[in-house]
Amino acid sequence: MDFRLSDDQAALAEGIRSVLAGRLPLERLRAAEGAEAAIGGEDWGVLAETGVFSLTRPEPEGAGLGVADAAVVFEELGRALVPGPLVGTFLAASAGLLEGAAEGRVQVGVHSGGGGPILLEHLASLDALLLLPGFDKRSTPRLLVPAPDASTGTRLAHPLDPLTPMWLVPTLAAGDPVADVGITLVRDGSILTAALQVGHAAEALDLAVAYAKQRQQFGKPIGTFQAIKHMCADMLVRAEVARSAVHAAACLADDAEVVASEAEAAGSTPDALVARAVMGAKMLADEAAVANARTAIQVHGGMGFTWEVPLHLHLKRSRLLATTFGSPSSLSAALSGLAP
Amino acid sequence: VDLRYTAAEQTFRDELRAWLAATLPGLPEAPASDDWPGRRTYDLAWQRLLFDAGYAGVDWPAEGGGRGASPIEQLIFKEECERAGAPYVGVSFVGLLHAGPTIIAEGSPEQKARYLPPILRGDEVWCQGFSEPDAGSDLASLRTRAVRDGDDYVVNGSKIWTSHAEVADHCELLVRTGDDGNRGISWLIMPMSSPGIEIRPLRTIAGSTEFAELFLNEVRIPVANRVGEENDGWRVTMVTLSFERGTAFVGELLECMRLLGSLTKVARRLELAGDLGLQRRLGHLVAAFDALWALTKRNVSEAAQTGVPGIGGSVFKLSFSEHSQALGDLAMEVLDRAALSADPLDGPDGEALGNEEQLHAWFKSISSTIAAGTSQVQRNIVSERILGLPKAR
Repeated sequence: MDFRLSDDQAALAEGIRSVLAGRLPLERLRAAEGAEAAIGGEDWGVLAETGVFSLTRPEPEGAGLGVADAAVVFEELGRALVPGPLVGTFLAASAGLLEGAAEGRVQVGVHSGGGGPILLEHLASLDALLLLPGFDKRSTPRLLVPAPDASTGTRLAHPLDPLTPMWLVPTLAAGDPVADVGITLVRDGSILTAALQVGHAAEALDLAVAYAKQRQQFGKPIGTFQAIKHMCADMLVRAEVARSAVHAAACLADDAEVVASEAEAAGSTPDALVARAVMGAKMLADEAAVANARTAIQVHGGMGFTWEVPLHLHLKRSRLLATTFGSPSSLSAALSGLAP
Repeated sequence: VDLRYTAAEQTFRDELRAWLAATLPGLPEAPASDDWPGRRTYDLAWQRLLFDAGYAGVDWPAEGGGRGASPIEQLIFKEECERAGAPYVGVSFVGLLHAGPTIIAEGSPEQKARYLPPILRGDEVWCQGFSEPDAGSDLASLRTRAVRDGDDYVVNGSKIWTSHAEVADHCELLVRTGDDGNRGISWLIMPMSSPGIEIRPLRTIAGSTEFAELFLNEVRIPVANRVGEENDGWRVTMVTLSFERGTAFVGELLECMRLLGSLTKVARRLELAGDLGLQRRLGHLVAAFDALWALTKRNVSEAAQTGVPGIGGSVFKLSFSEHSQALGDLAMEVLDRAALSADPLDGPDGEALGNEEQLHAWFKSISSTIAAGTSQVQRNIVSERILGLPKAR
């Protein structure tokens, strides 16, 4: 057992981080605030070229990597606030659901249902839509090709996340069941969404710590004060605990033997063991991302409440992601083992 | 990240599991928690069984007489012992986890030969005399003074939070031999039979006497009992801390997971399964303890590669202590009036509720954010040493 990032995984994280910093820096992404497409075709092509969508496709077309490796990459995508239908396109590419997803020629969204109005993100850019519940719900995973026409819906003038355009649509077609890979899509989609959330949690921490070292009040850096220090320490704890859960769930996704032996030791079934690990990871990552963004805003004081400081983008994106693959409150109830 | 155990690790687990299955049924009944002589006998008998089977000092290096197991094997050892319901380390705690490792690292050849084998064999018990009434989190301000008189130190002062004092043979004692601060401290082995030691048990909120205060009045300790150089005791103490491999809380964590499982069953029996608030709190703890088990594996993996568990130790303790308290609080609510009794009670179905066990765990959890470094001190450590925030002092 070696439950640390391998050297290859560390290099993978470093590699994607430097690509994102060089080619998709935040200023460039933020230039698309309020646009109909959150991320231009050229930038989407950068992600595809880098291999983001084909990581787990077998070689030579893909990198032949595992879900744990993909989680490392998605954490960096979250950190860098890369917008767009990342998870759906990755899932469609890895399961071979749609020609061109791996190469960045088509984009695939995810919708997890939920009560109330039907809001779909990135609709004008989507070629297909995956209808995927979380493991907290029993609905059948389905695929909608083509995606609903954006002209049938109304684009929101004020979506929560300025980098995620949203449409209100009146109805949603049922789509076709993807029964054979459905569980895998829910599993990997939940894990990678959770990985994005860990990225948000980690970046919010880094921003808060950097600010606490530099911002002076009462003649010293505010990071000298225990009230600030302890908030930062708690942010680290939330991020590290969530990351451990995400990596553990990803390891289970990659290794049926480990699942079998752990299920036997726990007196559980393999499916139940995986669902529990995945739901727990998603819930903890959702909570860490939202709580860390909130805390980082508090550390920044009034500046944290402004549009310029990017913390609101992390807060808003993490709220958005928390509504896919099961909300924290629904997941926690499902994890109790008491829910019907 | 890889959760697969190697063939050698799996063999270690299989052999241990078989030994535990063969050995545990033959153990006598555990003594009452306040029967200290009984506990000494019981815990040392268990230690002797471990010794005879080659599992004594599983985490000690071979040159100290231990098994020299890898951090991963240490994790497996603790996991299997907890899952099998093996006795806890008990009165052997300080000897095996603290004094022994200190003597291995810093003791003279004579000290090693004299003190290490009896710890491993289960012949002798150690206690710890570090904290003082006025030196808690700020341990380096300790004031118990040792003055040289010929071949002896003459020691005066008082110590607190000393576990197993009534049944210990030796005490690892920090004393002031020099100036104020951490450069004037020495590390001594104090025989508990020395004249001038008064032991006053301290009753905890659980009602038991887990701790004692020690009052030292003109206690003579041979200079030969000093481990390390005079005034170098602080460094000696810190060296011991570096023995931690990320497994310190494995038993407690797995126990919390087991208690959570029992509590879920009790909630169902008490017809609380439909309570959505309860579901969420239980589910939250399921996720948190699973994640902390994963974090433990990461910390141990880190220790296996680098020798120390890295940043994970404090992170783990901060999160685990709070979640163990959340579990205790939830158990008290689920048990409702049954939690008002420390004596075992049956539910409406006539089966035991396990209320006494949950209550005991609740009490224990309250100390978890205080003992071994308060959560406030841990947060300072995390923010200064890991995050690099400026020191206030």
